[in-house]
Amino acid sequence: MRRLAPLVLLWLALVGAAAPQVPGLVPDVSAREVQIRTSFTGAQLLLFGAILYPGGEVPAEPAEIAVVLRGPAEPLLIREKEKIAGIWMNAQSHRFRSVPGFYAVASSAPLETLIDERTAAIYELGLDNLQLSPGPGHAAATTRRFEAGLIERRRREGLYAAYPQGVEISDRVLYRARIPIPSRVPVGTYTAETFLISDGRVLAVATREVEIGKTGFERFVALAAQRRPFFYGLAAIAVSLFLGWFAAFIFARRV
Amino acid sequence: MDIYLPIAEMAVNGLFIIALGLLVGILSGLFGVGGGFLTTPLLIFYGVPPTVAVASATTQVTGTSVSGVAAHMRRGGVDFQMGGVMIAGGIIGSLTGAGLFRLLQASGQVDLVIGFLYVALLGGVGGLMLRDALVALKWIDPPEKRAPPRRHHRAIAALPFRWRFYASGLYISPIAPMLVGFGAGILTVLLGVGGGFIVIPAMIYILGMAARVVVGTSLVMILAVSAVTTLVHAMTTQAVDIVLASLLLLGSVVGAQYGAGIASRLKPDLLRLLLAVMILAVALRMLLGLAWQPDEIFTIEVL
Repeated sequence: MRRLAPLVLLWLALVGAAAPQVPGLVPDVSAREVQIRTSFTGAQLLLFGAILYPGGEVPAEPAEIAVVLRGPAEPLLIREKEKIAGIWMNAQSHRFRSVPGFYAVASSAPLETLIDERTAAIYELGLDNLQLSPGPGHAAATTRRFEAGLIERRRREGLYAAYPQGVEISDRVLYRARIPIPSRVPVGTYTAETFLISDGRVLAVATREVEIGKTGFERFVALAAQRRPFFYGLAAIAVSLFLGWFAAFIFARRV
Repeated sequence: MDIYLPIAEMAVNGLFIIALGLLVGILSGLFGVGGGFLTTPLLIFYGVPPTVAVASATTQVTGTSVSGVAAHMRRGGVDFQMGGVMIAGGIIGSLTGAGLFRLLQASGQVDLVIGFLYVALLGGVGGLMLRDALVALKWIDPPEKRAPPRRHHRAIAALPFRWRFYASGLYISPIAPMLVGFGAGILTVLLGVGGGFIVIPAMIYILGMAARVVVGTSLVMILAVSAVTTLVHAMTTQAVDIVLASLLLLGSVVGAQYGAGIASRLKPDLLRLLLAVMILAVALRMLLGLAWQPDEIFTIEVL
């Protein structure tokens, strides 16, 4: 990345004259596509780019960066276990209409030092500011309890994460953040958003899309299970019968 | 060696799964149990989604029972007439179980019922086995001798439409074995177990079948019912992970062959004690989750 710095600076100098008065962002992602194969044990996505200052001049107090990698949203039902008559069983449940399957936020400084709560809520920055669209029928306190439970559980599974020092800014114009993706990520279209923050205000937002999907054999198996469940089931039975028979056959000959 | 499971959507240590299969296979070769009671909970503790664990363990049971069935068929230890009746009951049970599973899922109590079934069944069977093993090892005194048991349960004799099952030496109504198969089918869908540890005692003590054909016939039924249940899972829950099942099978089919070899060399009573302790340990682990502290307070279901 450091090698790129002179080039970007040169380019900034060239286009600087035409640049607007507000700083802008040139974001990119290390991979537009993450392929899940047999050996997939998770991946690391590099979100990087450059900050475009008007006139190519870096102000005395340079801006800060926050990046968010967000998975596809899905409706969820969350159940809470409660001890009833000495046995833990599911009691209350709560619906949420849009919960991201993956959410990781990284910033160049802790978010609470960069922006106030209202701004954070507007841009859904930070684990506490996710808009999960809770379903009706619950008091606000209950909803918060379920949200906290959901976020905590996803955090332990590595699906939700916050890296308060996760963005590195070099030469005050180039930024990069590494975001680890665990093996149990949901597949789908992810968005990588970059926020340029200065003085507690979000100056610019830029978005890139990342596709995480199964390829090759994994894709074939997942599609077969979904679209041809009957034949998939038959195949599973055939495989198990064959392996069972084959082992018996080998061992019978050996003995 | 990490391997990504396409249906469970997670990476697992392939060698660990194969080793788990090997252990289960050795058990099944030693005792003639399918070992599903061990596979499913261990996979869940490992982090595999419960539905995928249940469905894939079912597929494994099919493969593991193949060599047992082959061996017993060669010795003429299978009553096909009885097996057919039980399979018919098992298929109905499997379909009923799938419906039951849906209902439980909708009501949100599926983990409670599964946990409870595990504790009750494994606790009961494990306790009985432990007592038998301790008595056989002469560590405790046998329970008082009861009156010589009747051929089969009185309620069985009262059922209508009696058939003659020559190989089993029985003249009973087919409704009784069908009910046994029915129960096994439900257990297979819900728990991912073959149900051998329930079916074999039921065939001996309730139906009163000739001991020579009990294990072979139960294996034939387990083979067929687990195969049908795999299909039912593939079409309803879509949770059969063919990669996970294959890894388990690689271990278990080999283990089953070795297990059968070990069985003839080791002291059977000690083995039974070992199995009983293992079954009770799984039951205890499940009980802790129900009564002391569940693994997770919040469970997430994608709609």
